[in-house]
Amino acid sequence: MLDVLGQPVKRHEDDRLIRGKGQYTDDIRLPGMVYAHMVRSPHAHAKIKAIDIKAAQALPGVLAVFVGDDLKDSVGMIPTAWIPPNADMKMTPHPALAYDTVRYVGDGVAVVIAEDPYTASDAADLVRVTYAPLEAMTHPRDAMGPDKPLVHQEISDNVAFHWSVGENLDEVFASSEVVVRQEFRQQRLIPSAMEPRSAVAQYNAATEELTLWATTQNPHIHRFLMSGILGIPEHKLRVVAIDVGGGFGSKIACYPDEVVVAYASRALGRPVKWTETRQENFIATSHGRDHVHEVELAGTRDGDIKAIRVKAFSNLGAYLSTAAPGVPTILFGLVVNGAYKIPQASVDVYGVVTHTTPVDAYRGAGRPEATYLIERMVDLYARKLAMDPVQVRRRNLIPKESFPYTNPMGLEYDSGNYQGTLDKALQLVDYPQFRREQEALRKQGKYIGIGFSTYVEMCGLGPSEVAGAVGFQGGLWESATVRVHPTGKVTVFTGASPHGQGEETTFAQIVSHELGIPVEDIEVVHGDTARIAMGWGTYGSRSTVVGGAALHNATQKIIAKATKIAAHKLEVSELDVTFEAGQFRVAGVPDRGMSFANVALDAYLAWSLPEGVEPALEETAFYNPKNFTYPFGAHVAIVSVDATTGDVELMRYIAVDDVGNIINPMIVEGQIHGGLVQGIGQALYEGAEFDDQGQLVTGSFLDYAMPKARFFPRFETDHTVTPSPHNPLGVKGVGETGAIASTPAVVNAVLDALAPFGIRDLNMPLTSKKVWTAIQERGGI
Amino acid sequence: MENHLTEITMTVNGVSVSRNIEPRVLLAHFLREELGLTGTHIGCDTSQCGACTVLIDGEAVKSCTVLAVQCMGQSVTTIEGLAQTTLHPMQAAFREKHGLQCGFCTSGVMMTAIELLKQYPNPTESQIRQGLDGVLCRCTGYETIVRSVQHAASLMSKQELPQEEEVG
Repeated sequence: MLDVLGQPVKRHEDDRLIRGKGQYTDDIRLPGMVYAHMVRSPHAHAKIKAIDIKAAQALPGVLAVFVGDDLKDSVGMIPTAWIPPNADMKMTPHPALAYDTVRYVGDGVAVVIAEDPYTASDAADLVRVTYAPLEAMTHPRDAMGPDKPLVHQEISDNVAFHWSVGENLDEVFASSEVVVRQEFRQQRLIPSAMEPRSAVAQYNAATEELTLWATTQNPHIHRFLMSGILGIPEHKLRVVAIDVGGGFGSKIACYPDEVVVAYASRALGRPVKWTETRQENFIATSHGRDHVHEVELAGTRDGDIKAIRVKAFSNLGAYLSTAAPGVPTILFGLVVNGAYKIPQASVDVYGVVTHTTPVDAYRGAGRPEATYLIERMVDLYARKLAMDPVQVRRRNLIPKESFPYTNPMGLEYDSGNYQGTLDKALQLVDYPQFRREQEALRKQGKYIGIGFSTYVEMCGLGPSEVAGAVGFQGGLWESATVRVHPTGKVTVFTGASPHGQGEETTFAQIVSHELGIPVEDIEVVHGDTARIAMGWGTYGSRSTVVGGAALHNATQKIIAKATKIAAHKLEVSELDVTFEAGQFRVAGVPDRGMSFANVALDAYLAWSLPEGVEPALEETAFYNPKNFTYPFGAHVAIVSVDATTGDVELMRYIAVDDVGNIINPMIVEGQIHGGLVQGIGQALYEGAEFDDQGQLVTGSFLDYAMPKARFFPRFETDHTVTPSPHNPLGVKGVGETGAIASTPAVVNAVLDALAPFGIRDLNMPLTSKKVWTAIQERGGI
Repeated sequence: MENHLTEITMTVNGVSVSRNIEPRVLLAHFLREELGLTGTHIGCDTSQCGACTVLIDGEAVKSCTVLAVQCMGQSVTTIEGLAQTTLHPMQAAFREKHGLQCGFCTSGVMMTAIELLKQYPNPTESQIRQGLDGVLCRCTGYETIVRSVQHAASLMSKQELPQEEEVG
C-alpha cells in the first residue's frame, strides 16, 4: 500500500459536498420546528423607550415575541473569554437581547418565533420599537476620553483595556541615527464566510437536555460558555457543528442569536431555527482588524534595525466578543518584530469600545496587523536610507543558525531558514531583471512595482500554560481518540472542528501512515460534543499542528497495545515484534506475522490476551504543545499601476512558504491560495466603513468589495521544508499564512510603483480612486 | 393565509412536483423548504454570491432571483440532480482539482460553470475567470476552481468524442 503521507490525496469530505449532501446548520429540519427572526436596532446608539409587540403577536402563525426584558432574568450575559493580564480590563455586559440601551446597528432587541420563516419575517416588521437616538462613536481614537458618549456606563473613557509589552525606549530613539515614523490604518474587514450563521435549538423537557446545532468553529467552547449563559449544565448540553461553510474567525464567538434560540426552544417546547440573512451577517456577525497604529523604527545608517515602538488603537466594537481582547494584544503585540533580529520592541495597545459591530478574530487575527506594520516599516526604512528593500531584509532577518530564537517579547521561534525562502522567491522572480525592466518602463511613463513580505507567524495555538498566562479563559491542547473496530476499520474522534480545511482527509492520512490501513477505512468525526469528549476547536492554524499531534500520539498508543497482543499470539517477546505497513512480524522470521486487522479482532474477542492487557483497541491522547509553531516565508507581489486611472493590476504573485512538513500538498496549496486572496483583498479591495451615525455603509456584497476570480493572476507557490522540532509531525500550520503575508507584499509593490511620484504611504484598500487622487495631489503625470 | 396559495407544478431533477404555495415564495426557498433539496444554498440576499444557482430549462439562474411560480411547467435541475449513474464531469473535476473547501458556494459555482462550458466548450483562463463573475467563493482563492472548470472541459470534450481513447 502506498504511504499517503505527503501525497495529494483527494478529499473525503468532497464526496458529500459536491453532491449537495452536506449537512450545514440551516439544512437541519426537525419535526415541529419553528423559525426565529430577529428585530435589530437601526440606530448605533439609542435608548429603548418602548417596544410594542401586539401587532406582531396577532399575526396568524406567530407563536411568541420575546424582548430583552423577557430574557434578562433567565439567561446570563454573554462573556468574553480572553482577559489579558495587567491591562486593567473592564467587562462589557452583553445581554442576548438589548434592553434599555442599544449599542450598534444590528444589536438585537426582539425575536419573533413563527411556524414558518416568511411569517416570522413579516411579524418582525410589525414589532414597533420606539428609540431615543444618542450620539454614536465609531472611531477608536475619537471615542477615547472622559467627555465622550459612553458605550457602557461602566467604562468611563471607552477604554476597555490598556495593555503594554516591552521596555521604555525613549533613550534608544533619542540617540538613534535614523528614526522612521508612520501611521497605518488597518481598516475594518468583514469576514464574509459564504455560509451565513445559523442555529437550531431543541430542548427535551423530559431529560432537560438541550441540543444546539450551530455554525461554530469550536463546539466545545460553545458548550462551555453556553452552559454558563443558559444555566444548563455541560452534561445536559450538546453542541453540534457538522458542516460549517467557512468561518475565518467569525464563527469562534458565542453569539446572542444562539442564546435566543436556546431560550425560545426551552420556553416553547419546540425546536427553533434561526438563520441570518446576509444583511444581518454584515451588521451582526463579528468583524475583523480595525486598528490605528503609530509606529516608530530606530536603526543605523547602515541598515540595522535597533528598535520598534508601536502605539495601537484597537476598535473592539460595542461589546467584547469571545476572543476579541486577545487579538490586538497577545496575537499582535508579541510579534511586531516580525522575522527580524530587532533587539528591542515596545507595544502599547488601547482597546476601545465604540458603537459599531463587535470585532473579533479574522484570518490571522493580530498577526496580519503586526506583519503589515513591520513589513511596511522595513520598506520605509530602506527608502529613507536609499537602500534596496531586499538588502535591508537580508541584513536584518534572523539567521538560520540563531534558532531557537527568542524575540524581544520572550517568544521562542522554533526553527527557520528565512534567507532560504527569500533566496528561492528571488530566483523565481528574477529580481535584477525586474528592476531593469521597471527602470525602462518608467521612462515610458509606465509604472510597475515589486513588493516583498518576509514574514513569520505564530501558529499552532498553543501551549495551555501560555494560554493561561496571557489570560485566555481556556486550554489550547487538543484531544484525539482512535477507535479501532473489530474488523480493523478506524473511527477517529477529534476535538478540532474543521470547516473547510479538509482535516477529514489530512487526519485519515496520518492514521493511514501510522497504522498501515487505507484512508478509505478511516472515518474522522468532528464537531459534536456528544461524540467527542473535549477539544478547543479550529482557529489559529492549530488543527493539524495540535489536533494532528494528538492523533499521532493516539496511534502510537494503539501500536503499543497491539504489539503486546500480537507478541502474545505469536508467542514471542514484544521486543521481537516489528510493525510496518500494517503488518506485525517476528523479527528474523519473515513468514511469521499478523495483520493489523487480525490483532484488532483478537483485542475485541479477548479470548487470549496477555496479562494485564484490557480488551478492545481504543486509545485517546491529549496533546498539550510545548511551544507555538512559527511558519515563515517570502512573498513577492508585482503590480502595474495605471497612472491615468489609478487602477492597480496584480501581475504576478510569488509565495514561497515554509510550513514545516506537508501532509497533503493539494490541501496546503488550497489553504495558501485562499489566504492570499483574503490578504490581497484587504490590500486592494475590502474595507468596512461606517458613517458618522454609525451606519455601516458597506453593508452588502454590492457595497463591500469581495474579491472575484477575475481580480487575480495564477499564483506561483513553492516551499522549503523546515520541520517544527517540537511537534511530533514536524508540521507548523498553514491556514493563515496567505492572509498574513500577502497584504504588505501587495501594498509595498504599489508604493514601489508609485515611488517616482514621491508617494510614501497610502491607507488600504488601495482603490483606483485613492491611488489616482494621490497621484493628482502630487502633480499628476 | 390559505386563500393566497397557488398551485404550482414543475419538474425538479426529472420528477414532476406539485405544491400549493404562497406566490411570493422564492425558488431557492421552494427547493430547500418545500422539497427538502438543501444542496442549493443561500449565501446572500442581493443576488451577488451565486451560491443558489440552479439550472432552469438548462440555463444557470440564481434561484433567489425567481419566484417559484415563475417556474410553472419548467424543468429545474439542482445539485442533487446533477449526478446520474456517475458523477457529472463538473463534480468529478471539482473533486479532482480541489475546487472546493467548505463546499458552501460549490453547488452554485458548478452550475454556473456548466453554463459557462456550454458557451465556451474550450474556455481560456480569462473566459473562465470572467465567467465566474457572478459567484463568490471565500475559501479557495478561485484558482483551483479555474483548474476544475478547465479539467471539466477536458472531461466533457472526451465524453462527446467517445472514439477518443481515455488517457491516463
